[in-house]
Amino acid sequence: MEGELGLWGIPLAIFAGAIRVSTPFLFVSLGECLTEKSGRINLGLEGTLIMGAMSGYAISYLSGSPWLGVLVAGMAGMLLGALHACICSLPRVNDIAVGIALMLFGTGLAFYLGKPFVQPKADILPAVEFGWWSDIPQVRAALQVNVLFIIGVILAPVILWFLRSTRWGLILRTVGDSADAARAMGYDVLWVRLVATVAGGFLAGIGGAFLSLFYPGSWNESLSSGQGLMAIALVIFARWNPMRCLWASLLFGGTAALGPALQSVGVTQGYYIFNAAPYVLTLAIMIATCSPRRNLAGAPGELSVTK
Amino acid sequence: MASVETAAVPAGAGLGESLRRAAEAASVPLGSLVVAGLVFALFIWAVAGANPLEVYELMYTGGFGSWFSLQNTLQRAAPLILTALCTALPARLGLVIIGGEGALVLGGLAAAAMGLALHAASPLIVQLGMALAGMAVGAIWIALAGWLRQYRGVNETISSLLLTYIAIAILNQLVEGVMRDPASLNKPSTSHIGDANMIGLIPGTDVHWGLVFGVVACVASYVLMSHTTFGFAARMVGGNVRAARMSGLNVGLLTIVVCALGGAAAGLAGMVEVGAVHGRANGSLAIGYGYTGILVAFLARQNPLAIIPVAILLGGINASSGLLQRRLDLPNASVLVLQGIIFVLILAGETFYGRIRLFRRKEA
Repeated sequence: MEGELGLWGIPLAIFAGAIRVSTPFLFVSLGECLTEKSGRINLGLEGTLIMGAMSGYAISYLSGSPWLGVLVAGMAGMLLGALHACICSLPRVNDIAVGIALMLFGTGLAFYLGKPFVQPKADILPAVEFGWWSDIPQVRAALQVNVLFIIGVILAPVILWFLRSTRWGLILRTVGDSADAARAMGYDVLWVRLVATVAGGFLAGIGGAFLSLFYPGSWNESLSSGQGLMAIALVIFARWNPMRCLWASLLFGGTAALGPALQSVGVTQGYYIFNAAPYVLTLAIMIATCSPRRNLAGAPGELSVTK
Repeated sequence: MASVETAAVPAGAGLGESLRRAAEAASVPLGSLVVAGLVFALFIWAVAGANPLEVYELMYTGGFGSWFSLQNTLQRAAPLILTALCTALPARLGLVIIGGEGALVLGGLAAAAMGLALHAASPLIVQLGMALAGMAVGAIWIALAGWLRQYRGVNETISSLLLTYIAIAILNQLVEGVMRDPASLNKPSTSHIGDANMIGLIPGTDVHWGLVFGVVACVASYVLMSHTTFGFAARMVGGNVRAARMSGLNVGLLTIVVCALGGAAAGLAGMVEVGAVHGRANGSLAIGYGYTGILVAFLARQNPLAIIPVAILLGGINASSGLLQRRLDLPNASVLVLQGIIFVLILAGETFYGRIRLFRRKEA
């Protein structure tokens, strides 16, 4: 039986994909969840993701420490988040448009600065082997879980608890639901949103570092194709609940693994179409969950994207 | 925020008032452009160690310095004009559509398919068929985003970008599958539509007719949006949806039609790329004209007439990237960085409208 899994390879590959591919989705969606809860949408996280991937890879290559790379990726994300927040703090500036601009800016900057790092091999992040009990190599490979994934899984309930049960979480939600109410209570709306956007950028940057430092584990210009954007759509699907972001990320990871999984068992027809499955799924989910008449349950009242 | 009222011209405003508004509309983006130029100069100087003056001089030479480079620039401006309309037209309704790249890709694919299907007919019929096919498919693609927005409440910005990724997947699937020309080895493509069926050049130049299509589309969009009841209705929806509904406008239909017009423009850009540049549909369609078009639209403040000069400016910047790479060894992406900086600062500049004393209306 070893190495010969036959059709069982498909669900296994999808399962492995769900764990592996979902991590960037998870980090970006958790970050975006925080930002959107403060009443602002940051569409620029796609650019942040790519910038995080590039800077994480570059720092890991230069310093030999992938964890330092992860940290720097997060900091690069914070800078882009701060830029977004500062520009959006100006009166009459549209947060969606700024997000598009930062998507293009982050991508361009990452391609520019990342040019020398396309060739060299950087040290990548270690994985925890959960597959020691199995003799089947595919199962072992599937259960190589990255530490960042575990951190993300722990982070989801922590953020949920933060939003629900802490004073800071309450302030954040107040700012997101009614800026006027928050202002009346004496909170600085722009400051809270700045902090929320910077935190969101930090998480998205780390998600990017996962792309370049673990899976696929290299840096090139086609590394991310819309994962950041899908993660933003996923937050809407998850109704701004961090735990649901986790489940949705796993679902997306599994869908994104569909194309490679089918290819691994010899189905090569329709490779590109299967690779487009996550986009189709995102769209289908948005169609199913949005409504033109009512606001979504759990939607922050100040959020422009749901109005 | 008392200064916001300047956004609407009060009835009976004189010539001075409209001049003042035109001066404001031109000077704020120009100011943003200048600041963006300074920021990029700083970036180039600090990161690449290049002399910014030399970079700008090369940009000018590469984009506008000679008749040859100017023609190259105009060639690149044509698809930018058309994809910019894909963002600018729906923007009048208050929609932010960023899916021009997808409409361009599918429009090009449809045009190639139509060109191959009709290849035996006379060139004019083939070209007409290609243009109609490209425009129709582009129109459907963006109208889909408008429909989803209107009847399903799906955010049009996100859906139009997702549709772009799906469009690129469809292109790759078809040119590597059923529509593949077996002779195209390195770069999977459809078969060539035939030299006789290519769109020619404007007499006396090396610029193809796509530029004329773009200019005509911009003028037509301007007339439609600013001098017809249809355009008035569309702008009313953009100004206040509820008021528009109250006065009996069919908001859903308007949204879909305007999105379809924008999509048709981007689809035509795809047709031009196939019919005038590549002769076949392949991955070269998705090289970012759609994304640069978004920037063009915002830089032109969604004004169809302003799109033409802005597209030529950005076409020139794009055209110079090869020269920058050869002479100064700057990466291709330096143009993307400049575009990103311009985009960010243009949006930041929005905040200055109505806040500069010189342009403020005199209080009576």
